[in-house]
Amino acid sequence: MDTTKQTETTGSRSFSGNKGYILKAENLRAFYGAFLAVKDVNLDIKPKSITAIIGPSGCGKSTLIRCFNRMHEVTHGARISGKVLLDGEDIYTPGIDPVSIRTRIGMVFQKPNPFPTMSVLENVVAGRRLTSVLSKRTEMEEIAEKFLRQAALWDEVKDKLKQSGASLSGGQQQRLCIARALAVEPEVILMDEPCSALDPIATLKIEDLMRGLAKDYTIVIVTHNMQQAGRVSDMTAFMMMGDDRAGGLIEFGRTDQIFTNPKDKRTEDYITGRFG
Amino acid sequence: MRHKSARKWFNLLMLGLNSLGAGIAIVIVCLMLGYIIAHGLTFINLDFITGSAVPAGQPGGGMHNEIIGTLILVGLGSIIAVPIGLFTGIFLSEFGTPFTVSVVRFATDILAGVPSIVVGVFAYAIIVKPMHSYSAFSAGAALAIIMIPVVARTTEESMRMVPGSMREAALALGITRWRAVVSVVVPGALAGIVTGVMLGVARISGETAPLLFTALGNSFGYSGLGSPIGALPLQIYRYALSPYKNWQQQAWAGAFVLVVLVLIISIAVRWLSRKRRV
Ligand SMILES: Nc1ncnc2c1ncn2[C@@H]1O[C@H](COP(=O)(O)OP(=O)(O)O)[C@@H](O)[C@H]1O
Ligand SMILES: [Mg+2]
Repeated sequence: MDTTKQTETTGSRSFSGNKGYILKAENLRAFYGAFLAVKDVNLDIKPKSITAIIGPSGCGKSTLIRCFNRMHEVTHGARISGKVLLDGEDIYTPGIDPVSIRTRIGMVFQKPNPFPTMSVLENVVAGRRLTSVLSKRTEMEEIAEKFLRQAALWDEVKDKLKQSGASLSGGQQQRLCIARALAVEPEVILMDEPCSALDPIATLKIEDLMRGLAKDYTIVIVTHNMQQAGRVSDMTAFMMMGDDRAGGLIEFGRTDQIFTNPKDKRTEDYITGRFG
Repeated sequence: MRHKSARKWFNLLMLGLNSLGAGIAIVIVCLMLGYIIAHGLTFINLDFITGSAVPAGQPGGGMHNEIIGTLILVGLGSIIAVPIGLFTGIFLSEFGTPFTVSVVRFATDILAGVPSIVVGVFAYAIIVKPMHSYSAFSAGAALAIIMIPVVARTTEESMRMVPGSMREAALALGITRWRAVVSVVVPGALAGIVTGVMLGVARISGETAPLLFTALGNSFGYSGLGSPIGALPLQIYRYALSPYKNWQQQAWAGAFVLVVLVLIISIAVRWLSRKRRV
């Protein structure tokens, strides 16, 4: 992949790719049974960018990104209306297998969740091994090394590949989960508050990692930590719950603009810590 | 102040009752094991393990055929019950809707509560009668019916103990639901599932009533799944009730072997479930 042509300045990168976006939400609404949790979200996500989704807790950030890889419908009674376009194609088109969507849009969760019954190595290749035909053992090791390096974890675990994934520290476990998501070779990686269970040093490591990954992948990160959004993201989406308890997208723009010159009063109040 | 001291007395009383209950349980176990071991050890010998039954009144002989028979029946019961129980448990934990789960769980609860003699009569009516023969197969089926709810329930419970985040992690990788269950959830619940299977094995290895109507007994050794088969509990029951000294002694030895078998299984279960908690 060509990693040189993009500049690294936050919020001012030039984007390539079809129609300027890789993922697009159109009038997206998400329900839990009769409860409308997220309403009328319209959002364009540019390829190889980092988009942060911020907002007070309970405003529907997790719900929104779970709509992006069809994990929302895993919850009993949950459904959506509207469209989510991936490379121009609606992932909710009838007949599209949600399983295939999830190999193209990966996800990292709030709490590190490596498979405790698998070794570090097996964790990395789990997605590959359990989604396709079995590959050779040596191939597995190569793949594991490649993605552990990408996740900046290789040096720390290269002597622990046979140990249980649960034996690593919290920060290492989370990077293991990132390696595991990368190994499926998705186009987009969704991260739901990936650092909220980690200490500041582990958090910084993951943020560094994300900046590096953005050369090859499109990243959407939910965070309740505004500094984090400011540090890592190119674009920021601010969500808030309306009077009807449904979360909506209030403002979406370049991160520097959202943080220095928000257009909406509510964004400004949130950014300046006046509520939430 | 007054109700405080009342509470103190109540606590003391409950503690006393609890200790008493626990103490009685331990005493019963020790007495029973001690009694069986003491008697069994007196009468057990190599001949008992390797020899076949001898006609009444003669010395010597053993329960070789019955020991083998019990192993075959328990194996047969497990082969039938483990897959069915496993799939039932997996269904209950992973794939059922609230309605189907409540129906299936109700059914397994009822099955678990059916007295084993009724299971024996049932197996007699639907297998022995139509086939015109007592058989190892009918006995294995009867034991399987007793074992299925044990395996199903423990499988369900241990699968439910695997955190939902594991399922989500697997699904988010693009792994299909059934593959996630087989490769992520079941391994996570394996210690519990194995524990359940062994509890089931322990339970059926001592069952006597269902065998009366199905296995019948067979002193000449195993002669096919379609023929009657001997079993330890059955032989213990017959020998203990007989008027012959030699047979009564062999009943004690048989009880000893059966208890050792169940004891080994119980210890293995404890060991496994301790490992699971870590
Ligand atoms: N599984 C669920 N069932 C029903 N309601 C849910 C469920 N998950 C979340 N919600 C509701 O949806 C709204 C948004 O939740 P969530 O997306 O988790 O918010 P956030 O991630 O921004 O904190 C909240 O009101 C929450 O109570
Ligand atoms: Mg959330």
